[in-house]
Amino acid sequence: MKQKDLILYVGLIILGLAAPYIFPAFKVQLTILCVLIVLAMTWNLQGGEMGYNSFGNILFYGLGMYLCASVQVGMFFPLAEWTESGGEKTFEHTTTQFFQGMGFGLLVAAIIPTIVAGLIGYAILGLRGHYFAICTLGLGIAAGEIAGGIEIIGAGQGFTTPPFPKDIVDPEARGKFFYFLSFIMLIATFIFVKWIYGSRFKLILNAIRDNEDKAEAMGIQTMKYKIVGWMVSAFFCGLAGGIMGGLIGYIDSTDVAFDGREMGVFMVLMAILGGKGTLWGPVIGATLFHFLKEGFWTFILGWQYVALGVLIVVIVIYFPEGLMGWLREKYPERFGEVVDEKDRKAQVELK
Amino acid sequence: MNKLTKLFITFLSAITLSLASISSSFAKVEGEYIVLGSAISLTGKYSSNGVHTQNGYNMAVERINKMGGVKVGGKSYKFEIIYYDDESNPKRAAQLAERLIKQDGVHYMLGPYSSGLTKAIAPVTEKYKIPMVEANGASRSLFTKGYKYLFAVLSPANQYLEVAIDLAVEKNGGKPVKIAQAFEQDAFSQDVRLGILDAAKRTGSKIIIDDKLPKELNDMAATLAKVKATKPDVLVVSGHTKGALTAIRQISEMKVDVPMLAMTHCDAAKLSKQHGKKSEYALCASQWHKNLSYKDKFFGSGKKYDKDFKKEFGYAPPYQSAESSAALLVFKDAFERANSFDRDKVRDALKTTEMQTFYGNIKFGPGGQNTAKPMILFQVRCKGDVCENKVVAPTKWASDKFFHPIPKWSERG
Amino acid sequence: MDFLIFQAPILMVQASLDGILLGILFALIAYGMALQWGVMNIINIAQGDLVILGGYIAYSMYLAGIHPGWGVIVSPIIMYFVGWGLYKLVINKVVDRDLFISILATFGIAIVFQQLMNFIFGADVVVAQSEYGTTMLFDNSVTLPNSKIFSAFISLLYAVILVIYMKKSKLGRAIRATAQNARAAKILGVDTEKVYAATFGINAALCGVAGALIAITFTLHPYVGLPYTVRSFMIVIVAGLGNLPAVALSGMGLGVFEEFADYILGTEFRIGSVFMLLVLILVYRRFKLSRKREYLK
Repeated sequence: MKQKDLILYVGLIILGLAAPYIFPAFKVQLTILCVLIVLAMTWNLQGGEMGYNSFGNILFYGLGMYLCASVQVGMFFPLAEWTESGGEKTFEHTTTQFFQGMGFGLLVAAIIPTIVAGLIGYAILGLRGHYFAICTLGLGIAAGEIAGGIEIIGAGQGFTTPPFPKDIVDPEARGKFFYFLSFIMLIATFIFVKWIYGSRFKLILNAIRDNEDKAEAMGIQTMKYKIVGWMVSAFFCGLAGGIMGGLIGYIDSTDVAFDGREMGVFMVLMAILGGKGTLWGPVIGATLFHFLKEGFWTFILGWQYVALGVLIVVIVIYFPEGLMGWLREKYPERFGEVVDEKDRKAQVELK
Repeated sequence: MNKLTKLFITFLSAITLSLASISSSFAKVEGEYIVLGSAISLTGKYSSNGVHTQNGYNMAVERINKMGGVKVGGKSYKFEIIYYDDESNPKRAAQLAERLIKQDGVHYMLGPYSSGLTKAIAPVTEKYKIPMVEANGASRSLFTKGYKYLFAVLSPANQYLEVAIDLAVEKNGGKPVKIAQAFEQDAFSQDVRLGILDAAKRTGSKIIIDDKLPKELNDMAATLAKVKATKPDVLVVSGHTKGALTAIRQISEMKVDVPMLAMTHCDAAKLSKQHGKKSEYALCASQWHKNLSYKDKFFGSGKKYDKDFKKEFGYAPPYQSAESSAALLVFKDAFERANSFDRDKVRDALKTTEMQTFYGNIKFGPGGQNTAKPMILFQVRCKGDVCENKVVAPTKWASDKFFHPIPKWSERG
Repeated sequence: MDFLIFQAPILMVQASLDGILLGILFALIAYGMALQWGVMNIINIAQGDLVILGGYIAYSMYLAGIHPGWGVIVSPIIMYFVGWGLYKLVINKVVDRDLFISILATFGIAIVFQQLMNFIFGADVVVAQSEYGTTMLFDNSVTLPNSKIFSAFISLLYAVILVIYMKKSKLGRAIRATAQNARAAKILGVDTEKVYAATFGINAALCGVAGALIAITFTLHPYVGLPYTVRSFMIVIVAGLGNLPAVALSGMGLGVFEEFADYILGTEFRIGSVFMLLVLILVYRRFKLSRKREYLK
């Protein structure tokens, strides 16, 4: 068993490392795929394991995006002048400044959202069920609207993130840099989530999902764990947002950063599509979703959103358990052999 | 080898094969076609203007191809455009630019609609050194970033309504005026706002109301109530078509009396048609008007373009279409002068463009903006129930005198 | 200048009246939401898009040369069948399920609706002219478009009709019975399937009325539905399910809040403040409820 897993992981890592060289033209899509998987996996901690269906993780993603860009600019230049007048003055980052700024920016982009999650967690996570869902939906959209009114981060003008340093001549360098950055984040997230899956923490989250009152009665301080769970999501969402901001190069308050109508819902869908509450579900869901989405955009130009809407309806009505859940029911034996053996075993053992 | 690994390898190789075959299927010049790429808003909030843009591109492509195409190296080539739908979303637009360049192998780009989307695409084209001629990104910040491969056939957004403030000051006997302004929260409108701020500073005018409208808002009642209470000399509104329509509707319903009303996007919003007499006297900034006296050999005059466009698409061309058509004329000219498909040569040729099109003179400044063409102001004037846009500034093309001040609602029929 | 409203008190009158008239319209949409939530246990994210679709029906009539004011009668009739069809197609599969499923499913419907409206009616912003004129108060310093007064009046009218219908008619009684206890109603011979379809149809019809009114008072665009959904959701949370006077009151309160937020916080934060208010209300509610829970313990 162990060896098989090892082959799988090594294979995936080699595939991940080789991907930008095998498909040089698809680097951006691959980067986005990594980010999507991270978002889906961390959402799954919340929605799948803890049973708190959040539409508001986009808050941390957007926060991270703005923070990373602001720090990257603000470390070396006056931020207000960068964004004022839609950037009438031009400042240029040197190579070291760019990477220093990016590194420090990502750090801030991960930490501040985590703190924010901790601060608002007590108020928000006290809500149950759909009240929680709607409240977080409102939170995400409100954040976007408010960010659109704040001058120092560009308000309605948008925020152009620092361009990749000019001294690096290779046009592929930028794509590679962001790909590997997101790939490293993906691996870190995966290891962390996998560790959580083997820990007591996950069992507590499950207990909260299955019956919060009983969990409380058993002496678990549910609120504490809920907040920690949310902070974990916030940490990785902020990181993902920071990377996406640098990759896209232009931050708009409602369409790019606090993109609750797309990213915010997509991360939920990806987790559901793959299967909530499984380790591999969100990974497979995000990959499949990304392929479908890109396919729609290429082959049914103009109608892609109709297709997407129908897809959403079909997924939630006919596959609420996700691909993993559906496959598990349909072909329990074959399913186990493909990818998810250990996880399934773990589940069976639990039962 | 176990089953798992085998399956894995099969899966991998299948994907590799399929992706590899996609990435090499296009090239910059294919047979007799020069392939251009464009991400355009076919869906989403800018889709009507996106379609105006696309129609403008298509009309020019068809016309140029019919009239002999582009002659490079003694051979005649035709234009072809690959479109993608960017959903009016900057994130998507940046991805699609990447995709057009990397996967479809496009070496020359046409711009999307709106400043925000152009802002998102420009870093990508710049990175890959792809010349982009764009016709719908007017934000000033596009031209101060030092982009070398970006060329805009239109005047920067801050110039849109600056002239209107000058006009107001002039009508006020040279004395500073009080300005009320409401702008949507997007890159373009906010840039128009910067132009007004500059003009206000220059003339010593005071801005007494400075509202920013959220993108989803279709109610300006509060702003207009403020306007009523403070009685400014000029009211400036910009917010794509929604801003123009909402403003006129509520100004007429709330009977807000201002001596001068300056706006953008009047013709794209079909203001004179949708609101009729209520929109009379509104002053609008435009990049182009069919009555201008510019000419070229492909479309003839502006009036001829207007006629042909109506025949082809069934509606009068807003300036968004005209400038888009002009973008292709610029590309054709540059290809022929460069006499090569080398990207840098084409870029150098674009840099030295100096030509007249039906849309206006085109000559690019150091930042890539068009410096040879003034902005036009027209005013909606009605005869009976038929309302038309009449050019009032600059004086060279003015067909009517600027009507000032706007009569009070109590005196309007 | 931020606090212009305190310097010119007449603006307060204007803002309050604008807000109240606006709020009544919101309340109508919210009532539809309360109805389906109470009866079917569904949260409909596509509510705002049904409203916009209703508006487009009125707009099409206007294009055909009919006065758009008639839209308040035609649009609900068409929308009833749209709602009924939607129920048969999708909603009936999410009725007994988790609320979260209904949120996501209706979100999918909302996307499809927006896109279809975009194809059919174009993304142009459109208006329907009612030519109702304007009412001026206080020597022309407060102006109320008659279209807004008309819309508030029609909203109230429909609300009253609906209340009476719910009380008196057979279907109304069946709907109320199902809301109280669906299983018991079923045992007693109520065809709950039919009741659900009718409820969703009535909800869509209410949205149709509201949409037609929005077409003559504001502007229409395929992508402005979501704020209406959120507003109605907020009103329902504050007012509770099935309490019509409370719905009307909290609707007006929201309208006034919005107008005042516009003056005091600035227009750029108007929509943001609506969403923020939603969050705050929910959080307030959570603390109030948790106190209650402790007390019960």
